[in-house]
Amino acid sequence: MLVVENLTKTFGGVTAVSDVSFTVEKGTTHAVIGPNGAGKTTLFNLITGVYTPTLGSIRLEGVEIGGIAPEKLARRGVSRTFQNLQVSMNLSALENVMTGAHLELNSSLVAAMVRWPGIAAKDRALRARAAELLDFVGCGRYAGADARSMPYGALKRLEIARALAADPKILFLDEPAAGLNHTETHEIEGLIAELGRRGITVVLVEHDMKLVMSVSTRIVVLDYGKKLAEGTPEEIRTNRDVIAAYLGAETEGA
Amino acid sequence: MTSLSFPNLLEPRSPMRFVPLAILVAVLATLPFVLPNVWYFDVAIRIAANITVVIALNLLIGHCGQISLGHAGFFGLGAYGSAILTSLYAWPPMLALAATAIVVGLLAWLVAVAILRLQGHYLAMATLGLGIIVSIVLTNESAFTGGPDGMSVPDFAVFGLRIAGEKAWYWVFAGLVVAAVVFATNIVESPAGRALRALHGSEIAARVVGIDTASFKTRVFALSAVVAAVMGSLSAHYMGFITPGVAGFSKSVELVTMVVVGGLASVWGSVFGAALLTLLPDVLAHLEGWETLAFGMILVATMIFLPRGIVPSLVAFFTKKEG
Ligand SMILES: Nc1ncnc2c1ncn2[C@@H]1O[C@H](COP(=O)(O)OP(=O)(O)OP(=O)(O)O)[C@@H](O)[C@H]1O
Ligand SMILES: [Mg+2]
Repeated sequence: MLVVENLTKTFGGVTAVSDVSFTVEKGTTHAVIGPNGAGKTTLFNLITGVYTPTLGSIRLEGVEIGGIAPEKLARRGVSRTFQNLQVSMNLSALENVMTGAHLELNSSLVAAMVRWPGIAAKDRALRARAAELLDFVGCGRYAGADARSMPYGALKRLEIARALAADPKILFLDEPAAGLNHTETHEIEGLIAELGRRGITVVLVEHDMKLVMSVSTRIVVLDYGKKLAEGTPEEIRTNRDVIAAYLGAETEGA
Repeated sequence: MTSLSFPNLLEPRSPMRFVPLAILVAVLATLPFVLPNVWYFDVAIRIAANITVVIALNLLIGHCGQISLGHAGFFGLGAYGSAILTSLYAWPPMLALAATAIVVGLLAWLVAVAILRLQGHYLAMATLGLGIIVSIVLTNESAFTGGPDGMSVPDFAVFGLRIAGEKAWYWVFAGLVVAAVVFATNIVESPAGRALRALHGSEIAARVVGIDTASFKTRVFALSAVVAAVMGSLSAHYMGFITPGVAGFSKSVELVTMVVVGGLASVWGSVFGAALLTLLPDVLAHLEGWETLAFGMILVATMIFLPRGIVPSLVAFFTKKEG
């Protein structure tokens, strides 16, 4: 489904992602883990078109997508959420989710101006589907709320609902449980497991190891931009390099 | 209970949302019978022209989050385009208006394509420059424009029907205000309108769901420029005489101020903002020199006490109380 080969990104002198290769199989949940600053978000930004790779290739279903803009990748079924919330606070929760299905709708300004037949009916149908998606991610009670009035945990889920509204082939989740309490993290874990059961290909960055170990089919470990290890949760749990990197990171942090 | 669940007058799907429009139409239809003399008609026409320009400009500023400091330049290009083509080249006014609007639309589109690829506030800078260039050209090309002294503009006529005098023009401008309100409201309530607000809220999130943010900004900018040009053309024919002042930088700032005071991303805000700020100088005129100060103080007071603009602040206030 997704093949990343020798991917490298440098910012001036900093090499944020260095010669990373891995493959994500269709229908699996793939985790990318690593200490802070390891290059996980940069990797996501490269694959989702926010950054252009310095070197290397990214192929989605056999087609090279490196350097293609996010709005074009959306047409190819790539969707994502953000580590730092990216919700339109000037919209309601429902409207935010509805923007996820933007590509299904007629967005011509002239057609909108004259209320071109069909636009409103399609939008009403989408509104209903958006409400279902909000329900699905556990935000049903915020359907009528303004995004700015919602708590942080609900906004994290709102981003997932918006991404799902695009009906993505592959979904990138950047730290969906960051900043959530224990119960909320557990609920997000259940949600991601459900996405897996529904056959959605998920690539996940997350620091919560319990969550990662429980939902992932495979795990890639990054450290200082390089791939340190890759394997099943069981293999990663017992990998010496990984343990060393994490212990190292913890001592540095202390 | 959230504000959205309360069926307020401005909510998209509420049956009550036609009430403000009905009031506007009623007011516009009654005014000609109560206005005492042509001076008041002139004020009403200037207000209507500003409302129409400001509604379109608000789509750019309030919805796309892009500022244009050169909209008076587009208005001026429309005014002079029509004036020159009809008086020096004897084009039919309607053709001159359409041709000018198309050229201005293309110009705006080209500027936006070049500028909006870069994000941030480059558009404000570029339009500031463009507005100044337009001003200079209109002032210096006196062979065509009459220079600083201005030029006269023939009457407007369409299909042999001549439009002249304040009372006839009033109906044209009033009709355009209603059209602008209806069209802008339709855009705002459509998926395109939602996409515009989404890209203002988070550009990157909008792009990731497939919203071509640069294309939307370009199209809205061009649309708002065309509206300004058309209103410039019609205003030129109505006034019968124009000077480069119509394209001045201070006019551009006035238009932006009307958007902000009325309320960003609010169609009715634009109606009130434009009406209020067009009226103010006339109302304050008897303050003899103090009107600029009063004008400034009213602006500052609005910004401090109604930071979201007059109409959105009032709507929020009332829906909160009742919701
Ligand atoms: N736009 C940028 N310009 C310059 N340097 C950047 C940029 N984006 C990321 N970096 C650098 O690249 C490195 C990797 O950052 P990245 O955000 O990808 O890490 P991460 O693994 O997502 O970390 P975290 O777990 O804290 O989210 C860091 O050193 C960061 O400072
Ligand atoms: Mg990160």
